[in-house]
Amino acid sequence: MSDTTLNGSPQDTPRSGPSGLARFFASVALLRESRVGMIGAGLVLIWVFMALLATLNSLLVDAGVLQLGIVFPPNATFAPIMPPFSEFIVRAGTTINEMPVEEICSLIASGENEGSYNCGTFWLGTDHLGRDIWARIFYGSQTVLTWAPIATLCAYAVGIPMGLAAGYKGGWVDDLLSFLANVILSFPVLVLFILFITLVGASAINIVVAITFASAPGIMRIVRGLTLDLRTREYVFAAQTRGEPTWWILFVEILPNARGPLIVDSMLRLGYVIITIGVLGFLGLGLPPPDPDWGGMINETRQMAMSFPWMTVFPCLAISSLVLGFNLLADGLREVSMRD
Amino acid sequence: MLIFVTRRAATMVLTMIAVSMLLFAALEVNVENVAVKVLGPYSTDEQRNIWLENNGYFEPIYVRYFTWLSNFVVGDFGESIRFRTDVSEVLWPRLGNTAILAACVFAVVIPVSLLLGVLSGMREGSKLDRTISVTSIVTTSVPEFASAPLLSAIFVFYLGLLPGTSGMAAGFDPVQLILPALVLIIYDFGYVARMTRASMAEVMTTNYIRTAVLKGLPYRRVILRHALRNALIAPFTVIMLQINWLLSGVIVVEFFFAYKGFGALLLEASLNQDIYLIEACAMVSVFVAVMTQALADIGYTYLNPRIRFS
Repeated sequence: MSDTTLNGSPQDTPRSGPSGLARFFASVALLRESRVGMIGAGLVLIWVFMALLATLNSLLVDAGVLQLGIVFPPNATFAPIMPPFSEFIVRAGTTINEMPVEEICSLIASGENEGSYNCGTFWLGTDHLGRDIWARIFYGSQTVLTWAPIATLCAYAVGIPMGLAAGYKGGWVDDLLSFLANVILSFPVLVLFILFITLVGASAINIVVAITFASAPGIMRIVRGLTLDLRTREYVFAAQTRGEPTWWILFVEILPNARGPLIVDSMLRLGYVIITIGVLGFLGLGLPPPDPDWGGMINETRQMAMSFPWMTVFPCLAISSLVLGFNLLADGLREVSMRD
Repeated sequence: MLIFVTRRAATMVLTMIAVSMLLFAALEVNVENVAVKVLGPYSTDEQRNIWLENNGYFEPIYVRYFTWLSNFVVGDFGESIRFRTDVSEVLWPRLGNTAILAACVFAVVIPVSLLLGVLSGMREGSKLDRTISVTSIVTTSVPEFASAPLLSAIFVFYLGLLPGTSGMAAGFDPVQLILPALVLIIYDFGYVARMTRASMAEVMTTNYIRTAVLKGLPYRRVILRHALRNALIAPFTVIMLQINWLLSGVIVVEFFFAYKGFGALLLEASLNQDIYLIEACAMVSVFVAVMTQALADIGYTYLNPRIRFS
């Protein structure tokens, strides 16, 4: 059993145990024992499913298979001609049936009134520009679940080699890397983001770079601590005696055995990165406006939250539920990996 | 002890220098933009160049850096281009406001989270433990920028109990502190509570607790006299480090509620590329970060005899 758990015993190197896929399914099966973890996994999977559906939907619409798609396009406004303000803001659950769907399709096909609708059901209401909130949350899940994992992966790609090097080499390499990490960590992270984004401009790539820069030191510290412990193990001595190159020892002998805590940490970190992307959107430094972005949605509508609460409440719930999913998942994984 | 303090102080100074150089270099990327921020988007290139020239921006970067550094060391923080006064004139009052807010937050977070953490760690896996653990995960998952609109929708709009902004336009008003503090408390208490729970749960499995229970001591006495002393060491460190973590939450909350504090100042300075203000703010936050870390280490050593005597 021990070689299939998350922090499998250090004796088995990945070459000797069961195949990677079998291990993965065994870990997933183990997660079933933690109810909290299952709820978290469920929440995350719901949003992943939404994001995939959103991608599929826009692909099908682009290919001409579907005419309207299953939800409104994210930037479509519910406004044939500019009506008075109060008429294109509708409450959650309002159904408006003024125009049959075929007519709208022909309108879109003709290019007239592009991006305007005046029929359909607005499950979560519309925002201050008459855009369907549900559609924006739906497509926003795609944005969040694309960039947050990319940013987290980049942070790990930078942090893991630094941590391995610092922990394994020690000496001046460790001193230098630890000092750099301390400098960045003793700095309020958000300020770093704000400065970076204001200086180089807001775009998805810049957000990824900023998050990598600010998260890598934390990852480095964790990996360094794990490496300090693992490098004294016998299988590392054995590898050294066999004369294996350093990079092989670091990435093939040490890293796979440090994966347990790293998987738990990555789930927590994903949640935190989602919050960070949200904060940037909230401060107006997130993705450029027309794209649906949950943090940006909260910022754009928060002034109106008093009169039209649904505009702000639903994006808040969306982001909180996704972060909650990752946090519960991390907690469940930790619980399961501590058990043996 | 003396060696420890000296080493810490040296690290702090080194970190401060590294951070300030990093900031100077970062702002160098787009130095012309400073003139645009000051003179407005409709100023001509000529006007911008004259402004930059007059304010010494055409000097080489190392000259400007060392001028700033030598002034900073003697307490002259320079002039804010955003507020058009000395940096120290805006910095200290703002810092005071944030200290008040943070004091309110910690006054609630520390007792509440320690109590909840101890209660749930006392009997691991009990119903109370599960409730507290899940609650603290849920509250930590709601980011400040989501809970701020939600709470203000409830308390300001539906119930009409609290003011929606905390600008303190008509003098200091404690009622306006409630909502910003509440948002920070909700986000922060969960983490400390979970750390306390983990530490408490670990202590409860040790042999000396088992001995204390088995020799028939009253349960209350086992918890209060034996378990708590060891269980509260780890949360102490977490709380100290939380001071640093609070800052990024403070930025969002002060921005949302228009509270005139350090976080809002830092945000405003960053958005306006107000270099001297940013530098001063950054130095303050690095100072706070390094100091809390040092205090956490000293406190940890002091509280834990196993480290002190080894």
